[in-house]
Order: sequence, then structure tokens, then C-alpha cells
Amino acid sequence: MIWMFIKVFIVGGLICVIGQILMDKTNITPARVLVGFVTLGAILTGLGIYEPLVKFAGSGATVPLLGFGYTLAKGAIEAVERDGFLGVFTGGLTATSAGIAAAILFGFLNAVVFSSKTKN
Amino acid sequence: MAVRAGKQTFIFENGVYYLSGASIVGKKEGQGPLGMGFDTVLEDDLWEEDSYEKAERKMFAQALSKAAEKAKLEQNNIDLIIGGDLLNQIISASFAARDFNAPFFGIYGACSNMAQSLLLGSCLINAGYCTNILCATSSHFSSAERQYRYPLEFGNQRTPTAQWTVTGAGAAVLSCVKSGVHITSATVGKIIDMGIKDGNNMGAAMAPAAADTLAAYFSDTGSKPEDFDLIVTGDLGLLGKDIAIELLEKKGYDVRPRMNDCGCMIFDQSQDVHMGGSGCGCSASVLNSHLFNSLTAGIYKKILFAATGAMLSPTSSLQGESIPSICHAICIEGAKI
Repeated sequence: MIWMFIKVFIVGGLICVIGQILMDKTNITPARVLVGFVTLGAILTGLGIYEPLVKFAGSGATVPLLGFGYTLAKGAIEAVERDGFLGVFTGGLTATSAGIAAAILFGFLNAVVFSSKTKN
Repeated sequence: MAVRAGKQTFIFENGVYYLSGASIVGKKEGQGPLGMGFDTVLEDDLWEEDSYEKAERKMFAQALSKAAEKAKLEQNNIDLIIGGDLLNQIISASFAARDFNAPFFGIYGACSNMAQSLLLGSCLINAGYCTNILCATSSHFSSAERQYRYPLEFGNQRTPTAQWTVTGAGAAVLSCVKSGVHITSATVGKIIDMGIKDGNNMGAAMAPAAADTLAAYFSDTGSKPEDFDLIVTGDLGLLGKDIAIELLEKKGYDVRPRMNDCGCMIFDQSQDVHMGGSGCGCSASVLNSHLFNSLTAGIYKKILFAATGAMLSPTSSLQGESIPSICHAICIEGAKI
């Protein structure tokens, strides 16, 4: 149990460190880092590299944005196996639908309840 | 008689007087080292409005009113308002000017607006077209953040070279009516672009423009950095200030002992603003509080105010363009005591 926590912390933390270095040391914008991570996650999953990392580190690999790319790609691969070619288009969104719908719902609720504030 | 020195510098021989300066800033700026000098420090930067854009134009209008009031001017004695800001279509300036029954020029020089408006105003006073001119500009952290960078809700991290857009407005009254502080000459800057593309490193982008304009001023007028008590740039920040000093050294001008930057003066390093302040309101609020007061009190006898502007747009940034920059320099002399 403790060993799992450590693995999750180290793998998840390293992914975040890469993002932080990209933001501090390059002029890549935060939005591009986000999109880049999702895309990279999907590519690594397609190449079969990310699945072993998920098995090793669990949510340390699935919670960072690479994990969203992983879910997209994995969903598409599974849907292709199940439904054939159409799965390329349906699989990704089906697998990530819970996350996307939740993001929209909670985003909307937050926008209704709170207004934007200046940073301090 | 209008007189020009060199290629870029105007000499104002007929008397252009700086009657008053007014400044309004947000809470964070009020907590900075110059906090005591501002006319108004807002507790809440929404200022009882329902958007940051409305709050910014309210600051703009209040700065105009306050400057006119300090100069004891009635509305019908204002011959012209010259102003601009950072928001698309300069809505802060033009919307604020709705409340004033006066002719209006909207200008855009990004964060160099204060110097640009003073320069144009000085030309019109010197030429005799106007008696009293209000020059003003403003910026607001939150309205600038969401136009130029990201929505506030996004909560993005700021990079190490980033600067903090000042929430503030400054206004000045120029006049041909005699008073202590006066503007004697000014240099119109050229657009300089050294190819910096990082919108989070505007100090480095603007520093060559500042160095170019200051060098042009010294060479056009035959003056030296030692002739000034203070040479103050607009919003280069810590990094940009150092770059500008180095560039001027290479051109043969040692400005280091006299050089400061409004972006470095307005915030303390403990305020987590990274490289310092930026935005039109930065140089405008510092000039129209601390610097103007020091000139009035005789602490400074002669300063060179060189506000700098990064002429980028959100679209040009997204398309990967570099940042053209500008700087205008104004020589302001204090009361002879």
C-alpha cells in the first residue's frame, strides 16, 4: 500500500516537473503544454508505452494530463476492436465522456455561483 | 517658433507648463513603496462596478477629474483631452471621455501612452492651439490579463520574466499658464524590434527601444546623463532596466547612477510581481504622484521621463510575431527654487 503511494507520487510528480520546466525554461505557453501533454499521452498509448506505466503507477499516470490522452487512445483502440473502423471516431469520446461532462457541469456551476477575482 | 533638434527631438520654447498630476491605483499598488503618494488607493479593484473594464474607465474618468480639479480648471476650460489605454479600441479612454464636454484625441502607444500624450499635448500648447490639455492613460491588471493572456478563472502560472500589469490611472494638466514644473523638450521614439517573441518578457523586448530613444535625446540635444537628477523609464522591469543600461553603455552613455524604472519603483520585491510592474497605469501613476511631487518640491530639478510600450496584440502573439517596441522621452524640469 505505502509502496503504491510512493510510486504514484514519484511518477505523477515527475510528469508535473516536466511541465513546470517547460513553463519556466522555454517560452511554450501553458495552453500548448496542456495540449502537448494530452497529445503525447495518446501517442504513447498508441505505441503501447503508456499502458505499462499506468499498470506501474496507477493514478500517478492517469491523473496528469497525459492520462487524459491515454483514456482517449485506449477508448478508441477498444472501440475499434469492438465495433470496427467507426470506433476510431466514437471510442475516444465515449471513454472520456464522464470527465468531459463533469468538467462542463462543474465549470457551469462554478460560473453561476462565483465571479472572477483579481489575483493577489 | 517651433524648433527641432536633430532628427527626433522637439524643443518647446514658448512655455509648456505641467499644472497638476493625479493618480489612482489599486490595492496592491497602494501597498507598494510609493503607496503614500497616490491620490486614491482603491480597496477593491472592481470599484463597485460589475466588470473590470468598467472599473478601469471609472479610474480613467476620475483621474481626469482629479487632475482638472487640482489645476482649478472648470470643464469648459479644458481645450482637449488626449488619452489612450491597453484595451481593444481604447475603450477606457474614449468611454471615459463621454463624461467630459471636451474635444478628444484617442491615442495608442501601448504602455508609452503617458509620454505620447504629454508629447503631443506639449506640441499643441507650444504651438498655441490650446491653453489647457488633459493627458491621461490607464491600465487594469484584470482587464489586461484576460485580453492579453488568459481568463482569470484559468489560474495560469506566471513565468519568471513576467511583469505585473499595474491597476492604475494617471492624468496630467498641461497649460500655457505659467507654473513651476514645465516640459522643455521631448524625443519621439522609433519602433524598434530586436526579434523577441516572448510576450512574458516584454522588458527585454522594450529595452532596445528605450536605449535608442534616450541615446537619440542625448545626441539631438547635446546633453549628458549627468544633466538629469533622474532618468526614468516606463515599465522595463528589473531585467529590461539592466539591458537598457548595458545598451546605453555600449553607445557611450553611462546612465547607471541615475537610471530607474517605474516598474521597479512601484512594487516591492516581496510583492511577488517577478520582474516588476507594467502597463500604461504604471508610468502614468508614478509620474503623476511621486515624480511630479518631487519636481514640485524641488527634490528633482530635471528628469527625463521615458515611457516604453510593447506594441504587440493578442493576435500577433498567437501568430508567433515578434514584439515591436517604442519609447518616447520627455524632459521635465522642476520649479526653480
